[in-house]
Amino acid sequence: MSTELEEYPAADLAPTEPVDPVALVGFVAEFADVDSVLTAATKVRAAGYKVWDVHSPFPIHGIDEVIGIRPTILPWLVLCGGLTGTSCAVLMEWWMNAYDYPFLISGKPIFSFPANIPIVFELTVLFSALTAVFGMLGLNRLPLHYNPLFKSRRFRRVTSDRFFVVIDASDRLFDETKTPNFLESLGAISVERVED
Amino acid sequence: MDTTLLTSPAALEGLFAEARAQAAVIAATHDADNTSDDPRVRMPLVVGGKDFTSLTETIASVAEHPVPLGWYIGMAISLSLLGVLGLCVNYLILTGVGVWGNNQPVGWGFGIVNFVFWVGIGHAGTLISAILFLFRQNWRTGINRFAEAMTIFAVVCAGMFPGIHVGRAWMAYYMFPIPNQMQMWPNFRSPLIWDVFAVGTYATVSLLFWYVGMVPDLATFRDRSKGKIRQFIYGIFALGWNGSSRHWHRYERAYLLLAALATPLVLSVHSVVSFDFATAQLPGWHATIFPPYFVAGAIFGGFAMVLCLAIPAREFFGLKDIITKRHLDNMGKILLATGMMVGYSYLTEAFIAWYGGNPTEQFTFRNRAFGPYAWAYWTMMWCNVIAPQFLWSSKLRKNLAVLFIVAMFANIGMWFERFVIIVTTLTRDFLPSSWHSFTPTWVDLGTLAGSFGLFFTLFLLFCRFLPMVAMAEVKSVMPQAHAHGSHGLADAHRSDYRPDEHTNPDYDAPRGGGTLTSP
Repeated sequence: MSTELEEYPAADLAPTEPVDPVALVGFVAEFADVDSVLTAATKVRAAGYKVWDVHSPFPIHGIDEVIGIRPTILPWLVLCGGLTGTSCAVLMEWWMNAYDYPFLISGKPIFSFPANIPIVFELTVLFSALTAVFGMLGLNRLPLHYNPLFKSRRFRRVTSDRFFVVIDASDRLFDETKTPNFLESLGAISVERVED
Repeated sequence: MDTTLLTSPAALEGLFAEARAQAAVIAATHDADNTSDDPRVRMPLVVGGKDFTSLTETIASVAEHPVPLGWYIGMAISLSLLGVLGLCVNYLILTGVGVWGNNQPVGWGFGIVNFVFWVGIGHAGTLISAILFLFRQNWRTGINRFAEAMTIFAVVCAGMFPGIHVGRAWMAYYMFPIPNQMQMWPNFRSPLIWDVFAVGTYATVSLLFWYVGMVPDLATFRDRSKGKIRQFIYGIFALGWNGSSRHWHRYERAYLLLAALATPLVLSVHSVVSFDFATAQLPGWHATIFPPYFVAGAIFGGFAMVLCLAIPAREFFGLKDIITKRHLDNMGKILLATGMMVGYSYLTEAFIAWYGGNPTEQFTFRNRAFGPYAWAYWTMMWCNVIAPQFLWSSKLRKNLAVLFIVAMFANIGMWFERFVIIVTTLTRDFLPSSWHSFTPTWVDLGTLAGSFGLFFTLFLLFCRFLPMVAMAEVKSVMPQAHAHGSHGLADAHRSDYRPDEHTNPDYDAPRGGGTLTSP
C-alpha cells in the first residue's frame, strides 16, 4: 500500500484548513473487483440502508437492479426537447419566409412542408441532443466541483480501477461505529471515514 | 472432424475448453492476433494481459509522459501547413475568390470539393460512436474516441470552406436566420441553407457526444494529476465526475439517446450535402441516387481516414493491446463493404444515364471516362473500386502495410470523386459555347494542403492532452467487468453494454495481474 500513497503529493493529503465543527460525510468502503462490490451492495441494500451509493470506474452491468435505481425521466425530457425543436423550426420557417417577408421563388408555394422538412429535422435533433446532455448533467447535479469524498486518497482510484460503497451519514440507520464494522464485514479492502 | 464429438457431451465440452484456453493465451499475449472467428469462443478485445490498472496506465501515460520525438516532428510539419493555410486564406479574403481557379462556368471548384471531402471524413467517427453502438459492436470502444475527435476536426476543416468560398467572408452571417440590414431572411427552400443547418447541427451534436463520452476519462486524468494546474484544468472539464452508479445510470441513458439521435443525423448530413447537387438540373448531378451514394462514400472515406490515423497511432503511442489487430481487421472489412457500395453507385449512375436516354446525361458520363478529366475519373475508379478488392483476402487484410496503403488510396480516391462530380459536370454542361476548363491555382493547392495542416495540428494536440481511448468504455467490455458469481441479475432485458461474452457465460479469461486481487 505504501507505494500507492506516494503517488499523491503531500500537499494533497493534508486538509486545506481546519474547519469547525467537523461534519461527518460518511464511510467509504473500497473493493477490488466487480464481484465483491456487487455482493457487498446486495447486502447493504438488504440491511435497509437508503442513502448510499456504489461508485465505479465504468457502469457495472446490473448494478441498477442491485441498488434499486429507478429508471430516469431523461427520455421524456428529451421528447419534450425534440418537440420544442420541431415547433420552433416550423414556426421560424413559416414566420420568416411566408409571413414576415413572403417571397416567391420559381412559382413554388410560399410555404409547404416538403421544402421545409430538412431544417425541421435538424432542429429537432439539435434540441433533443442539447436536452439529453444538459438534462443528464442537471439530473446528476453536475458540475460539482467540490466533493468531500475526494478528500479520501483511496477514493481517487474510483476513476481508474477500484470500486466503492459509500454510506452517507444522513442515513437513518447510520451509526459511527456499527456502519464501518458492517462495511468491513462485507470484505472491503479498506473502510475510511470521510469528513467535510 | 471426429463425429463422436457431436454425440458425447464430455468430448464437446473438451472442444470448447480447448478454444477457451486458446483465447486465454491470446488475451495474455502482447499484440496478439485476435482476429480469429472461431464460433466456440469470443475473442478478447483487449490483449496483452491488461487489467483495469494497467489499461488506465497505458492510456493515461500518453498524456502524462514526455511525448516521443515523432510527435514534435509531426507537429512541426502540421504547423507549417497550418501556416500555409493562414497565408492562403488571408490572401483570398484580402484579394477575392479570383485568386482561385474558379471561373465561369466552374463556380464551385476546390472550395466545394474540399468541403464535401472533409464533411465526408467526419462520418466514420459518428458511424463508429453511434451506429456501431446501437448495433452492440463492442469493438468500437477501442477506436471510438479518436474517431470522434477526427469527426470534430474534419468538420472544423469542412466548415471553413463555405465561409471563405462566399467571397466576402464578413457577409457569411447572411446564411443564419438573424436580422440583417436588408431586413431579409434566409430562403429556407434552398439546399444551401439546409446545409448550414445540417452541418451546424452535426458539428454541435458531434462535439456534445465526444465531450460527454470523455467526461469520465477526464475525471481519471484529474485524479491521477500530480500537479495543481493540471488537476485544476482537467478538474474543470471533468465536471466533478465521481463514478456514482446513479450518475452512470443517467449517463448511459443520455449516451444511448445521443446515439439514437446521431444515427439519423449522420445519414441526413451527407444526404443534405448531396441535395446541393441533386436539386440542380445539371447533367451528372440531377440524380435520385445521390443521397445514399454520398452517405456510403462518406463512410468509406471516413473509415479510410480512421485506419490511416489508427495504424500509426497504435504504433507510436503503445496502444497495440487496445487497438488490436481485430479492430483493424474489422475496419478493413467495413472499408471493403462500403467500397463495394460506392462501386455499385458508380455503376448504377452510369447505367441510369444510358437507360434514361437523355443525350446530355449520356454525354456527361462519356466525358467523365474519356474526356479531358479522364485521368481524375480513372484515379477515382482505381482508388475506390479496384484497390479495396485486395481486402477480400484475409491475409492481405491482416497485413497492416497493405491495409494502410489501401486506406490511403481510398482517401485519395474520395477526394477525386468529389473533384470528378463537380469539375466534369461544370466544365461541360448543355451548351458547348459555355464550356471552359478548370485549372487550380497555387492558392487552391495551398488551401487544400493547409486544411490537412489544420486537421493534423488539432489531432496531434488531442493525442497529447486528451484521453485517446475511451477508458471507461473499454473497461466495460473487458471480462473483468462482469460479475461471475450468481448475483441473480435480471440482465436479459438490459439494452446497454451487453457483455461481449454474453453467449458464453462460462468464459473465464485470466483476471489480470496481482494489483486487482491483492489487498
